[in-house]
Amino acid sequence: MEHVLVADAVGKRFGKRWALEDCTVALPAGNVTALVGPNGAGKSTFLHLAVGLSRPDAGGMRVLGADPYENITVLADLGFVAQDTPVYRDFTADELVVMGGRLNRRWDAPLARNRLAQLGIPPRKQVGKLSGGQRAQVALALALAKRPRLLILDEPVASLDPLARQEFLQSLMGSVAESGTSVLLSSHILADLERSCDYLMVLQAGRAQLTGGIDDIVAGHRRLIGPRHLGEPIGGVTAIVRERHTDRQSTLLVRTSGPISDPLWTVQEPTLEDIILDHLAQRDERATYEEWGVAA
Amino acid sequence: MIEFVLDSRSKVNTYAQLVQQVKQALRVGLLTPGDQLPKVRDVAQSLAINPNTVLKAYRELVLEDLAEGRPGVGTFIRRTLAGESLVHQAELRSELVHWLRKAQVAGLSDEDITALVETTTRSLRQDDALRAENSNDAVRSEVL
Repeated sequence: MEHVLVADAVGKRFGKRWALEDCTVALPAGNVTALVGPNGAGKSTFLHLAVGLSRPDAGGMRVLGADPYENITVLADLGFVAQDTPVYRDFTADELVVMGGRLNRRWDAPLARNRLAQLGIPPRKQVGKLSGGQRAQVALALALAKRPRLLILDEPVASLDPLARQEFLQSLMGSVAESGTSVLLSSHILADLERSCDYLMVLQAGRAQLTGGIDDIVAGHRRLIGPRHLGEPIGGVTAIVRERHTDRQSTLLVRTSGPISDPLWTVQEPTLEDIILDHLAQRDERATYEEWGVAA
Repeated sequence: MIEFVLDSRSKVNTYAQLVQQVKQALRVGLLTPGDQLPKVRDVAQSLAINPNTVLKAYRELVLEDLAEGRPGVGTFIRRTLAGESLVHQAELRSELVHWLRKAQVAGLSDEDITALVETTTRSLRQDDALRAENSNDAVRSEVL
């Protein structure tokens, strides 16, 4: 399988703190990948490494087969929209399209103009005076005009209202269908993205917790509810992701390799959001109790 | 041309919802052989869903021989699911209306009727399965 991005034990340190640690992941081409994680999980750090804005302190990052920090020619095939869609606010959308043409070797100005016209973006108004949704659309149109093989978007919908969010995802999905470009986008909310993405990477505390095709991830997890579980193996279960117990009942989120045959367990199909939340919740809680000096 | 609509409360997969909607349209005669399905790009854009999801749905329709892809043009309906059943539906419907009136007179609520239909359908299917098994056994004993 062809991969657009391969991270091999990547680490990035800011001072003493490792923002990313031992992060290994391979993203296949032709997918729309959601990079999901709580605030501070290292999502922006990861994306900055992917576009060569910074250099890893450990491990290696390869994007479209090249090291994006050392090999700047690969940048021509990357489209990147940073968080809060920074554009030169005093420029008009039309001026930004002209500027993009001067700064890039490959530049499809008619594509950008068509998109912006379809969306009803005024060409001769300073983009700083446009709405947040319109500004996000301008930034997307500019990134797509590069005709990138990989489009990277950092929190593209976080600051948009629900209508602008829907419109942004609509034009993104339309252009993915047209151009076949691979996309990697980060978000801390998943609900709106679930239908737009088909591949998932979950970051938690600088590590990749869960990576895979969304259909496979949903099919490979089950929620089991049954009598107090004391660690004995359950048929069909390969790993327990999260467990909660009362004195007589256990609720487990598990990875499965086949159907759960034991009739003691009530089996539910969790949603993608349930699965992600349970993966994120498996941090070490006991350490915090110790730090606070209270009983767990 | 039909327009896809997703039920956001449904637990059914997005791609399966698209397949179901085409089949429903075929059953009621909204789609007939030769009709073109919406372009992948247009479905992806209007529903803000991943184009691969649309492709997967169309591939399934092709696999079931309900649709065919014409390279560079689009996806077209090959055969219909309405067939004979559509012809008989009007007659069955008027019989059903007659029966529903009787049930109403007999004091059955809508929920009672639904439950009765469901349980009867289920026991009918069980009878069918049992009969099929018995005739299989008969064949097998003949062979032996």
